[in-house]
Amino acid sequence: MPKDGIGASSKRREDLRFLTGSGRYTDDMNLRGQAHVHFLRSEVAHGRIKAIDTTAAAAMPGVVRIFTAADFESVGGLPCGWQVTDRHGQPMQEPKHPVLADGKVRHVGDPIAAVVAETPEQARDAAEAIGVDIDELPAVIDMKAALKDGAPKVHDDLASNLCYDWGFVEENREAVNEAFDKAAHVVSLELVNNRLVANPMEPRVAVGDYDPWGDMHTLYTTSQNPHVIRLLMGAFVLGIPEHKLRVVAPDVGGGFGSKIFHYAEEAFCTFAAKALKRPVKWTASRSEAFISDAQGRDHVTKMELALDADHHFTAIRTETYANMGAYLSTFAPSVPTWLHGTLMAGNYRTPLIYVNVKAVFTNTVPVDAYRGAGRPEATFQLERAIDKAARELGVDPIELRRKNFIQPDQFPYQTPVAVVYDTGNYQATMDKMLQVADHAGFEARAAQSKARGKLRGFGIAHYIEACGIAPSNLVGQLGARAGLYESATVRVNATGSLTVMTGSHSHGQGHETTFAQVVAEMIGIDAGQVEIVHGDTANSPMGMGTYGSRSLAVGGSAIVRATNKIIDKAKKIAAHLLECAPEDIELKDGKFSVAGTDKSVEWAGVTLAAYVPHNYPLEELEPGLEETAFYDPSNFTYPAGAYGCEVEIDPETGKVAIVGFSAADDFGNIVNPMIVDGQVHGGLAQGIGQALMENCVYDKNGQLLSGSFMDYTMPRADDLPSYRVDHSCITPCTHNPLGVKGCGEAGAIGSPPAVVNAVIDALHRGGHTHVSHIDMPLTPARVWAAMQK
Amino acid sequence: MAKVTMTVNGKPVAAEAEGRTLLSQYLREGLGLTGTHIGCDTSQCGACVVLVDGKAVKSCSALAMDLEGAEVRTVEGMANPDGSLGTIQQAFQDHHGLQCGFCTPGMVMSAAALLAENPKPSEAEIRHYLEGNLCRCTGYHNIVKAVLSASGQDVSQLGTVAAE
Repeated sequence: MPKDGIGASSKRREDLRFLTGSGRYTDDMNLRGQAHVHFLRSEVAHGRIKAIDTTAAAAMPGVVRIFTAADFESVGGLPCGWQVTDRHGQPMQEPKHPVLADGKVRHVGDPIAAVVAETPEQARDAAEAIGVDIDELPAVIDMKAALKDGAPKVHDDLASNLCYDWGFVEENREAVNEAFDKAAHVVSLELVNNRLVANPMEPRVAVGDYDPWGDMHTLYTTSQNPHVIRLLMGAFVLGIPEHKLRVVAPDVGGGFGSKIFHYAEEAFCTFAAKALKRPVKWTASRSEAFISDAQGRDHVTKMELALDADHHFTAIRTETYANMGAYLSTFAPSVPTWLHGTLMAGNYRTPLIYVNVKAVFTNTVPVDAYRGAGRPEATFQLERAIDKAARELGVDPIELRRKNFIQPDQFPYQTPVAVVYDTGNYQATMDKMLQVADHAGFEARAAQSKARGKLRGFGIAHYIEACGIAPSNLVGQLGARAGLYESATVRVNATGSLTVMTGSHSHGQGHETTFAQVVAEMIGIDAGQVEIVHGDTANSPMGMGTYGSRSLAVGGSAIVRATNKIIDKAKKIAAHLLECAPEDIELKDGKFSVAGTDKSVEWAGVTLAAYVPHNYPLEELEPGLEETAFYDPSNFTYPAGAYGCEVEIDPETGKVAIVGFSAADDFGNIVNPMIVDGQVHGGLAQGIGQALMENCVYDKNGQLLSGSFMDYTMPRADDLPSYRVDHSCITPCTHNPLGVKGCGEAGAIGSPPAVVNAVIDALHRGGHTHVSHIDMPLTPARVWAAMQK
Repeated sequence: MAKVTMTVNGKPVAAEAEGRTLLSQYLREGLGLTGTHIGCDTSQCGACVVLVDGKAVKSCSALAMDLEGAEVRTVEGMANPDGSLGTIQQAFQDHHGLQCGFCTPGMVMSAAALLAENPKPSEAEIRHYLEGNLCRCTGYHNIVKAVLSASGQDVSQLGTVAAE
């Protein structure tokens, strides 16, 4: 049994470089002869470009060339990777998305021109000398206003600002309405899921390089999925076949979804490097990230929950407006639909569900997947509505949830919103959370708070998510224009070490450590013998990258498959060496033995024989030991868990302090508990940030008011508590070889409703019973205002 | 442009700088010390924190030219002489105080400054001191744990629900 196998909290090997300043992030790379680009971006949210005068700028020191839309006439626009079909069977409205603004600007930050110069400072200086004549047009910012007749259109060539009007399950619409007509109780809530900015600490960077000798393009970029970028940019934007395009994503400083998408700056740097025959580098400033990285959430929802006289849920009906921003970012249409509607059953037996989503174009930065992507929005609606129902019915919110939970003996469970949950035990996670949170001691703590003039509250949420994205044939039917398998190549070296190439990408998750643990466990060798390679299309098989908590469930499964192929072949070699049948060979602790005998050969003896095949069954087996596998999951995975948040409110100011946060998650089997804890902590911080602090705000003209860390409130160390995290409730996933479910997004999905429920609970306990809801973020001003009648 | 000389991680160094060159740029571009990271442009994130004459400084808010002759320490200078991780670095690895690694250099340098000032800080003091360093991955829990541990304190009670 290797000491760094499955289940060990192995320390991360990647930390050594990160802690000593030896990491290699994209901005750390500087290529010989490189020029720098600065993008001149729109300062208005909506306008017609009348003229661009680059004469003065072109004469500035160091300027190499200035590009505008005219230079991109021969290339395609940025593609959208998911087509949603609306309620009436029609495809969504899909606007063009040029690399540089062509004729119109549609949001603050839309790139108008690109100045390439010898230094970044010269490029920036020259950009300021470009004269742009723009006719400013009225901007549409509010989604409902954008759908009114006569509203200014973001895209002149589309019929309206409505991207799609989606119904799910459309056939259930009438049945759901009837269930509401017959309901004993109906709970209704108007909810805003506030717009967020992902803000990984590393801003985006792209470096384009071109080698005319082999007509080879290389893009170094801060991406979560280099193969996806190569496919999208090569095939749809620049027309470069894959064998002439290499995309490298080296160490990437966080992503949270925002680095999934293909961005204009990547296409620009690749294009310009060829045009100029020299490398071209772009490094975003944080201010630029705020107006060019895809943003998250931004849903406005009416949520209704119907209950019968026994308090069983009988139906759910929702109407959501989902902001797409000015263009369709790569996977934007899927977020409010298939990543949201399919999760509306939550952990509960609600027989009828109808979800309506209207996706809307506005003059704002595009919105796309951000940690959780659609699932936080679904969970927030459901868990807020259940809490409100409990309050209106005068029942315990925990008991109301328990009463409606899908019970442990009901799995696999077919929900009314298409998905089938394979395993789960929600009573168990609820029990565990209440224990971890010392819920029994809450009343005593509340009394102490009260004695100090503070209001204490306890809020719970139970979430489910669909991870391990995804079965390709299913998502293809739902409109995905990509497969969602994952790949791995396991290369065994002659002396027994292994190099594993994975299509997954680590930008903080620690794959180099955990994936090595998996392989080490399977073979029975030390994890130090296994090197994990990722992030370069030149040395890994086509893979789909890391998002949707998929890396271990999908990418890890591909590694297991490839390693099993290796073991199968190695057993045949061992059987030859030991002169027995392959079926009689056992692999244990890195040694092949003949069952029931003392005959054995070490792992390294077999690997050496594979590459020095002197005594080798060459007529039956090829030499060498290298295998590739692709794994396409047969279902999503369904992590679930219970979160408990304990808050204390200062009634004088409305300030909410989180005094306890407890999480009991069921992630299936766990490879590295230390890393799983860390993933949950990070997700909780982002969810608590959404609930209490973060808010991306535009004024009515489309100016971004929260465009820097001075204005957009990122959670800091003294805003957050220490967490109690437990993942001992385990119902292994039934359809992947490791039995794992994924843990990356859970914290961000389950925590916002737990926080809001806790605040409402505290206010009610403090006598402010008129407050039924406060929109996130629950800033002191909002909480204080809500307390005043 | 003018040549600016400093002592960085104990070694005398010199590189060209413009009047507007920030210390962060001087370190990264001038000296090739890319461990110091730039995460924002408003001096809010702290990824670029280094020690200047022993004090924690956001290197994006100092001009290289103002620091002629200064003694600067960066994350590249935090390991033990034999190359093994220093006490703070080791605590960050032991307690998983980093994920993507981008904020880490600034966190390590701020932690070094904190422990120099206050060798046994409480959890609250650590959280308050690190308020100038943003991390988007860890939720801070394990960073606080790492700093507590680096100061030789017990970390087992972290996360207990506080009565007040």
